[in-house]
Order: sequence, then C-alpha cells, then structure tokens
Amino acid sequence: MVRVYGNDFAPQDAEPARPAAPAEIEPGLEDFWRIVGADGRIEPRDAMPEDYRRSLVRQIAQHAHSEIIGMQPEGNWIGRAPSLRRKAILMAKVQDEAGHGLYLYAAAETLGVDRADLLDLLHSGRQKYSSIFNYPTLTWADIGAIGWLVDGAAIVNQVPLCRCSYGPYARAMIRVCKEESFHQRQGFEALNTLSHGTPEQRAMAQDAVDRWWWPSLMMFGPHDAESTHSEKSMAWGVKRFSNDDLRQRFVDMTVPQSEALGLTLPDPDLRWNEERGHYDFGEIDFTELFEVIKGNGPCNKQRMAHRRGAHEDGAWAREAATAYAEKQAARKEGSAA
Amino acid sequence: MSDRRSWPLFEVFVRSRRGLSHVHVGSLHAPDAEMALRNARDLYTRRQEGVSLWVVEASQITASSPEEKDSFFDPAGDKIYRHPTFYDIPEGVEHL
Repeated sequence: MVRVYGNDFAPQDAEPARPAAPAEIEPGLEDFWRIVGADGRIEPRDAMPEDYRRSLVRQIAQHAHSEIIGMQPEGNWIGRAPSLRRKAILMAKVQDEAGHGLYLYAAAETLGVDRADLLDLLHSGRQKYSSIFNYPTLTWADIGAIGWLVDGAAIVNQVPLCRCSYGPYARAMIRVCKEESFHQRQGFEALNTLSHGTPEQRAMAQDAVDRWWWPSLMMFGPHDAESTHSEKSMAWGVKRFSNDDLRQRFVDMTVPQSEALGLTLPDPDLRWNEERGHYDFGEIDFTELFEVIKGNGPCNKQRMAHRRGAHEDGAWAREAATAYAEKQAARKEGSAA
Repeated sequence: MSDRRSWPLFEVFVRSRRGLSHVHVGSLHAPDAEMALRNARDLYTRRQEGVSLWVVEASQITASSPEEKDSFFDPAGDKIYRHPTFYDIPEGVEHL
C-alpha cells in the first residue's frame, strides 16, 4: 500500500477497469493474459504482445521525459526563492524530478530500449512530454501553484499506475508517488503562506491559481470518447480509470483545499452537485491543449532548446567520466599483471 | 551519443536497516562501479532509505529463464511434505 497523504484513494464511485483478454489469444501469450486477468504483474522477460511492449515504451518514455523537462519551470526560481528554507525545499524537489525521470528511464529500458535512444527521440521531437511544462513560471507563487495543482493532478494520475500490470513501471510509480506527496504539500504550504500574507502576496497567489487551474485539468487528457489509447490500455491492465473519472476526482479533492487557501478557482460554473455527489465544472478548452501539444504553447521552443543545450553541455562530463573509468580499469589491470 | 551508450547498466541493492537483507531497488548507468555507487546513493537513498548499498553490473547476473520456469521449478511442486502443515498432529499436543 502506497501511503500518499490525503489522496491515496481511487475515484470514489468509479469502478476500476478490468483487464480483458481478446476472444482469440495469440499462441504463446496464454500466460500473459492469464496473469493480467488475475491482476498479476508482467515482468521484463515474460512473453507479451508486441503492441503492449511498444505502447508501454511510449508511455513510460513520455512520462520520464515529462519528469526531466518538468525540472525547468521550477528550476527557474531556485536562485530567486524568497528564503533559504524555500530554496532548500525547491532544490530537493527539482532533484526528485530528475530522480523520477531516471526511475522511469530504467523501467523503460527493461522493455529492451536504450535510454540514449529515448533521449534522442525527445531531442528530435519524435517523443512528447506533458504539455503542462510548456507554461511559464512568471512569479514565485507559480512554484506554489505547481506543487499544489500540477503535482496534485500528477498524483491522481499516477496512484492507479502503482497497480498497473507491468511490474517495473508499477514499482517505479510507487517510489514516485511516495515522493510526490512532499511536492504537493510544500506547494500548498507556500501558496497558503502567500494567500494569508499581504494583499500583494494574496493577489500573486490568486493570479498563479488563475493561470494554472485549467492547464492542470487538461493534464488528464481529452474526454474519454476522444482518448486514443484508453481502450487497449485498460484491457492490458495498464490504465485503471478513465481520464474523466480521474479529472472529477481531482476537482472534488481540490475545491475544499482552495477554500482553505481562501483562493477562488477561475471557473464560474464550478459548484457542488448534490445529486451526483460531485462538483460540476465548466467546459475545458481542448483547442488550447492541442495547440500546446502541436508545439505552439508559450514555452515549447524554450524548453526543448534548454534540454538539448543541457545535454550537449554535459557531453564533456560524460566523456571525462568514461575516460577516468577506462584509466582506472587499465591501472588495475596493470597492477594485477 | 556513443559515450552514454558505452556505460554499462548496474543493478542496485539497498539494505534499508541493519538486520535486513539487501533488496533490489532498480538500476542505473554509470562508467564504473565506483560512480555507480555514488549515483545510487543520490538516486535511491535521498531519504535515508538505506544503510548499505550494493551495485552489480547487470551483465554479470545469471538468471533463470521465464520460458523454462515450469520445468525449472516443478520438482518442488509435488513435495508438500517439506512443509510443516503436511503433518497430522493429535489434538492438544503443544510446542510442535
């Protein structure tokens, strides 16, 4: 059981999807479908459908890319954090994101791909990362809003993945989710400090929430009817809940938190629906999401340029480490002879 | 990048506290074992998750293969007399 503060449960009245084997099982995959059907875990060298493997590589790689690109918007504020305490927290958080990326690249590699190839795919734009990181962090309050809303949405998305059918991915997600809890709480705390501070600080907090609310809702992806990968993913036991169920869960848990902060969420249609037992909320402008995915978000070019630059600038360090390892190995061999 | 591709994969094992075995936690790439150990410290024990670390080059591990798991583990399948629950003990007999 993963202990994730406050939000470690699934959408309340949504039943998790059951893995479903096709009517005709391809020879050699009987074990795969038996294990998946019994809610078991598939491990790296097991036989698996080729499209299961390919789809997982795509999903895990995209997830890993998101973690490391996600270091940028927050890294932007490390040098300008308002206190040493906040700076230490932010550095720890950004370091965690790098760690999450590495857990996930390692999980992807168990499927027979090379991390260097995945990075090439990211750098050449052939694999994506989460669109949320293409928005700018304009003020310090954005760091609070990202922790609270963006990490909050990420946790709702990721908790069900701790039980996904692919063992290495599930295990990586357990580690990630444990660490994300701190991310969300530090964000909430930072925002709470601002929203209960001076009028200027309060306004800054409200402005950040106004800008991050809708993009956070878009993190759950398009509506179920338009979601391209959902159906297969559910049959394989990778995806457990639909995009809309998870989004509803996020809204339901976030609205009371916004009241504690004393901030409003920028949606005039947001209200409790007694009958449904959920909050109703306004229509999401998915044209914006698709524009950002296409590369036309506020920071797409900047994020990619920075990532490529960091990779190229780090080449000398990788080369030096390789050269040093070779020298040490040669020296050891020499002394043994 | 050819430099990165040439870095071997290491499997990482952590002893979470004294008295427990090392447990596999994941893997990482590093140019040599010493760097692998340092990177493993940063990657897998940022929150005091361990008191001891092992790194092993993945290529050095010999593993049983999933294809032959049935024939490989079958011999133990019909030897239920290896378990204490196999034996009938009269009612009332204690410490057995």
